[in-house]
Amino acid sequence: MNNSVIDTQKLRKVYQMGTMEVAALKDISIQIDKNEYVALMGPSGSGKSTLMNVLGCLDTPSEGSYFLNNQDVSEMTDSELAKVRNKEIGFVFQTFNLLPRLSSLENVALPLVYAGYSRSQRLEKARNCLEMVGLGDRVSHRPNELSGGQRQRVAVARALINDPAIILADEPTGNLDTKTSIEIMSLFEEIHKKGNTVILVTHEPDIAQHSHRIIRLRDGLVESDVRNENIVSAFDPSHRYLNS
Amino acid sequence: MNIFKLAYRNIIFQPLNVLLSLVLFALGTGLIAFILLLNTQVQQKFENNLANINLIIGAKGSPLQLVLCNMYHIDVPTGNINLKEAAPFLNPKHPLIKKAYPISLGDSYEGYRVVGSTPDLLNAYETKIGSGRLWKHDMEVVLGATVARELHLHIGDRFHSSHGVTQGDDLEHDHALPFRVVGILESSNSVLDQLILTNTGSLWLVHDHNAADSLPFIETTVGGDEHHHDHYHNHDEVVDEPEIEAIYAQLPTATNTNAGLLEHLDEEITALLITFRANNFKTLSMSRAINENTNMLAASPAYELNRMYDMMGSSEQILRMIALVIVIVSAISIFLMLFNSLRERTPELALLRVMGATPSKLFGLLLSEGIIIAILGSILGLTLAHVAFGIAANWLQTEYQYSFDMLVFVKEEIYIFVAGFIIGILAALIPAFRALKLDVPSVLSK
Repeated sequence: MNNSVIDTQKLRKVYQMGTMEVAALKDISIQIDKNEYVALMGPSGSGKSTLMNVLGCLDTPSEGSYFLNNQDVSEMTDSELAKVRNKEIGFVFQTFNLLPRLSSLENVALPLVYAGYSRSQRLEKARNCLEMVGLGDRVSHRPNELSGGQRQRVAVARALINDPAIILADEPTGNLDTKTSIEIMSLFEEIHKKGNTVILVTHEPDIAQHSHRIIRLRDGLVESDVRNENIVSAFDPSHRYLNS
Repeated sequence: MNIFKLAYRNIIFQPLNVLLSLVLFALGTGLIAFILLLNTQVQQKFENNLANINLIIGAKGSPLQLVLCNMYHIDVPTGNINLKEAAPFLNPKHPLIKKAYPISLGDSYEGYRVVGSTPDLLNAYETKIGSGRLWKHDMEVVLGATVARELHLHIGDRFHSSHGVTQGDDLEHDHALPFRVVGILESSNSVLDQLILTNTGSLWLVHDHNAADSLPFIETTVGGDEHHHDHYHNHDEVVDEPEIEAIYAQLPTATNTNAGLLEHLDEEITALLITFRANNFKTLSMSRAINENTNMLAASPAYELNRMYDMMGSSEQILRMIALVIVIVSAISIFLMLFNSLRERTPELALLRVMGATPSKLFGLLLSEGIIIAILGSILGLTLAHVAFGIAANWLQTEYQYSFDMLVFVKEEIYIFVAGFIIGILAALIPAFRALKLDVPSVLSK
């Protein structure tokens, strides 16, 4: 038992490509503590996406162990992993991934369906989360009636709704313009301040600069894992994007 | 929002695709249910009307026609038979025959047949006089319940029949004396409901023009024959009710027994309905002997009906096949719809997985969509079938005076419903399995 939310030991993930074995992750051992704000960086082919899938319990490692919130998830079945994802992980995607037929409120409440809350509890929690991301007046709007930034806020609200152990954001600003990107980054900053653990997967150094720790991957190995000495705040009035 | 509600949302989100599947499904199940309803009720009608009749004897021709004409009153007569020839079968002491009911056809009123017989016929169909009395003299009639209701005829009403047994034969008799209603039957849910019964002698009278013309003129009580007045200036009009009663009382007394009929051996009847004392090889050889040695035809109603079912059966088989093909096509359409929407919704399904839906939940989601469409389609189909049957019943009513109830449900409809449910599941099965095997990381990385 330790203080780490994420604790991986010698993670290895091998894909079979015909007769060839390709190791996307070779030997990854990282620990991430509660309330850390980490950026996961690396060029394409570095194993960044694979690591995110494993950390997000969407995939299981070929070798090594992975403890999420002190549970060994490396040997779990599909259904068990589904429960862990629902309870412990809040996902935010580049393409927002909202259900077009549902209102913002229903989209946010959706993960709670699998967590077994009553309808009124679900809607109340969803409303609170939407208010937290500043969309209290957009509860009945459908995704196509919202701007890109608003959609991503709905997605963030949805990620937060189950009080997950980690927020896993995969290129959350990839589809947004600069100004909206900074809005979203300030939202992550707030979430982090409230005590959440945030993991940001990005290839943009500017976005990574908002985090407090930067892990760089290359060829399936950790290339560097350093504390960020020049943290940029999205609230900083001298933010170079705001002034550009 | 549970999985069923989400499935419902998904369905109403693509209404056109769903509508096509739904309409196809409803057509298929509807057609099957329609055939079923029609079959059940028609067979039931036919069987209700069998009334223990084992044999029909009539003029040579088609045996099925003989049955349909004289028992169900939906076909034209094959001709008449001489009473002299039929006399042996009217003998109350006949060793094989328990009951023989004479049938005389030839006239109708507003599409309802005037049938000459003996009062025994009422017993054969287990009905009795509901109001009024039985006929005592020629030209007095007793109405079936449906006839009285549909034509708004009452006791004391008088009408002219027309020659011929179908509504199209609009040759009104130009004899002076109309038929007079003296009684109305209780409803028996049999063919008697739609007949106008009278003494056998009435039909002899109206077709013997010399005799008919010598009768006094009496006006009818129902409209439609004002133009006849011109032809009968020479008749004294009689309007007084006791006087009318007296005139009818002078007509020949009704021959209410088979023995009575035997006193008119020079006359004709259309057919004899026969109930045997026992059905055995003697009765079989009797009907064979009739067919081989006389100018008459003997036919077994039960046998002819079965022959008819067989004939209808093959066309019904074709209809069933068509319906089945429609159902299969609709199942394929549901399958394609779910399959296509699965492709479109793969990212969405992956997302549901990410948020904690287990593979079996997605499986259930797609299955639910198929089931919802199938259930809606079945309900729609059964409704359609009943409405269509109601329309058909209306047509049958005007065409053949047989009435059917569109609101009667038969238990086989449950099977149609269950079958629809299973088809819905089958159509959704492959897409559902695909959802089960969804590779979440690879979908999300796209």
